[in-house]
Amino acid sequence: MSETASTIQFFTGFSLNDLPFLAEAAGNTLLISVISISIGSVFGCLFGWALYASKYARIFLGSILDVFRSVPLIIQLLLFFNFFPILGFPLEPFAAGCIVLIVYTSALVAQVARGGIEAVPEPMRRASRSLGMSYFQDMRYVVWPIGARAMLPAWTGVALGVLKDSALVSVLGYLELLRASQILITRTQEPFIILAIVGAFYFALSYPIGKLTAKLEQRWQYD
Amino acid sequence: MDYTFHWRPVIKALPDLFSAALITLEAAVLSMIVGIIIGLILAMMRLYGNRPMYFFATVWVELARNTPALLQLFFFGFGLGAFGWHLSPFMIVLCGLAFNNAGYLAENFRGGFQAIPKPQYNAARCLGMSASQTYTRIIIPQVFKLVYYPMTNQMVWAVLMSSLGMLVGFRELSGATQFLASNTFRLFEFFLVAAVFYYVLVKLILLVAHLISRKLFTY
Amino acid sequence: MIELKNVDKSFDQLKVLKGIDLTVQKGEVLSVIGASGSGKSTMLYCINALEKIQGGNIIVDGVDVHAPSTNVNQLRQKIGMVFQQWNSFPHLSVLDNVALAPRIVLGKTKREAREIAEKHLKHVGLGDKLDTYPTRMSGGQQQRLAIARALAMEPGYMLFDEVTSALDPELVGEVLDTLRLLREDGMTMIVVTHEINFARDVSDRIAFFHQGVIEELAPAKALVNNPQRTRTQQFLSKVL
Repeated sequence: MSETASTIQFFTGFSLNDLPFLAEAAGNTLLISVISISIGSVFGCLFGWALYASKYARIFLGSILDVFRSVPLIIQLLLFFNFFPILGFPLEPFAAGCIVLIVYTSALVAQVARGGIEAVPEPMRRASRSLGMSYFQDMRYVVWPIGARAMLPAWTGVALGVLKDSALVSVLGYLELLRASQILITRTQEPFIILAIVGAFYFALSYPIGKLTAKLEQRWQYD
Repeated sequence: MDYTFHWRPVIKALPDLFSAALITLEAAVLSMIVGIIIGLILAMMRLYGNRPMYFFATVWVELARNTPALLQLFFFGFGLGAFGWHLSPFMIVLCGLAFNNAGYLAENFRGGFQAIPKPQYNAARCLGMSASQTYTRIIIPQVFKLVYYPMTNQMVWAVLMSSLGMLVGFRELSGATQFLASNTFRLFEFFLVAAVFYYVLVKLILLVAHLISRKLFTY
Repeated sequence: MIELKNVDKSFDQLKVLKGIDLTVQKGEVLSVIGASGSGKSTMLYCINALEKIQGGNIIVDGVDVHAPSTNVNQLRQKIGMVFQQWNSFPHLSVLDNVALAPRIVLGKTKREAREIAEKHLKHVGLGDKLDTYPTRMSGGQQQRLAIARALAMEPGYMLFDEVTSALDPELVGEVLDTLRLLREDGMTMIVVTHEINFARDVSDRIAFFHQGVIEELAPAKALVNNPQRTRTQQFLSKVL
C-alpha cells in the first residue's frame, strides 16, 4: 500500500480544472469533423452524380475513390502527412487531417449519393422530363429531394463514422479529444474515468443523431 | 523537390511486411469469429431475452456503435489497467475488434432473424421438426444469406481497424511498418507499400467472399 | 380418428372457439366454411398444437394433443398441414424441400428420402422440377410442392388451411385437382376453404362456422343445396 501511495504522489489526480482542457479538445474534434463532413459531403454528392451519369467516371473516379475505402484511415493520414514535406511545404496536423478526412468522407458519400440517385424511380424522372423540365431542373426539383431522403440514413451513418474516425487525427499530433485524453491519462494515471468521459462525449453526439435518423426513416416509410 | 525516394530498404523489408500482413489477417479473422459468436448471442438476447439480458445486449451494441474504435481499443489497453488487468498488445486488438464486430454484427443478425417470416417456422414444425432442427435447417441458413454481405463488409472493416494496433504496440501490418520505417527514416515509402498491401488484402477478401457466395447461394 | 371435445380457445379476451365438438373418421373428407374470423383456421392450428387451447380436449388416434406428456413432434408426423401462404423453404431445391423432413425427422437415408420425395413430387405433377428452386415457380406450383412436402411424411391426416386463397384465379384449379387426387387415394382431410362448389363436390360433410361455434354440420350436398339454419342460408347466398 505504501508503495502505491508514494508513486501516486508524482502525478496529480484528475480534477475539475482539467475539464476546460477536455472541452477545448472536444471543440477541436467538432471543428475538424464539421469541416470534413460538410465539404466532403459536397464533393461526395458531385462524385456520386458523376458515377451515376458517366461510365468513364465509374471506371476512373470509381476506382480512385475505392482506394480510400480500402486503405486504413490511419495509413492515409500518415502517408499524406509525410508526403507534403517531400513537396517542400510541410502541413499543419490540422490541415493535413482536414484534407485526408475530406477526401475520405467524399469517397464514402459518393457511394451513398449514387445509391440515392438510383433510388429515384425511372418513371418519375420520365414524368418530370415529359413536363418539359430540363436535365438540371429534373435533378434539382425531382431527383435531389427524393434521392436526398433515400440517402439520409446511409449519409448519417457516414457522418457519424467520420466523427468517430476523426479521433485518428490524434496520431498527427492534433489536439483533439482522444489526444487530450491520452495526455491527461499520462499525467493523472486515471485511465478509466477519463476514457469514460471521452466516450460519453462521443456517445452523447452519436447516439441521439443515430436514433433520430432511424425515427425519420421509419416515418418516411409510411409516406 | 529535393527528396529522393529510396526503395531498397522497403524491398529488403518486404518479407517482414508480408508476415505482418498475415498477422493482420489473423487478428481480423479471429476477431470476426469471436465477434460472430458474441454477436449471435447478443442478437438472441435482444430478440428473446428477459429485461436484464435485453439491457445488457443493448448497452453493448450501442457502446460499440457510438464510440470510436480507437477509444474501444484504448479501453482494453489501459482502461482495464485501472483494475490491474494488463492485456498483451495482441489481446488488446483482439478484444477491441471483437467487441466492435460483435456490436455491429448483432444488429445485422437481429434484422436477419426478424426478416424471416414466422410461417416458415410453423411450416417446419408442422413437418415434425423439433425447434432446434427448425433453427439449424430452416431459419439460420436463410438468415445466413441475408447477413452474408454485411458480414463481408464487417470483415473488411476488421482488417482496416486492426491498423489501430500500431497505437497500442501491436506489430501487425501498420505497427510493423511504423517500426521498420522509423528505423530507416523512409516513412513515406514504407507507408505507401503498406497501403498497397492493405488494398490487395481487402480486394482478396472481397474476391474470396464473392466466390464463396456464388458457391453457397444457388437460389 | 380426430376428436374435438368441447374445445375452447381464446386470444387474450377474444373467444375464438366456443365449445367445439367434432369427430372426423378415418377416410373422411370434412370441409369447413364460414366467414373470415369465424375460427375455422384457428381450429386447424389447435389440432396441430401450433396454438394452445384453454378448455376441452383434442384427441388424435387416441392421443391427447394438448396433454403435457404428449410429444408434439411425433404427433405432427401423423398430421400434414398446408397453409394459405405456401411457405416453401427458399434456400432448398424442390427435391430437398420434400426430402429434408423424411431424412432428419423420420431418419431415412439420403437415398430413401430422395425416392420418397420423387414419388410424391411426381404425384402432384412436379416430377420435372426436382432441381429448381421454389422462388422460380408459380404460386400454384409452390402450393403443390407444399402438399408433396406434407405427404412425404406419410401422414394419416391432412389439414388444408385456405390453400387456394392466396392464388391467382387461373392457378386455383391445379391445386384443387391435387386435392381431388388425394380424396381418390382415400386420405383423411380437413379442408378449410372458400370454394363452396369444390367443398360440395369433394367432401363427405361440411361444417359451417359462425363466430366460434359450429352453426351447422351436415352431409356436403345437403348443406349447400338445402341449408337448415338462417345464418347458413345468409352466408351461402352471399358467396354463391
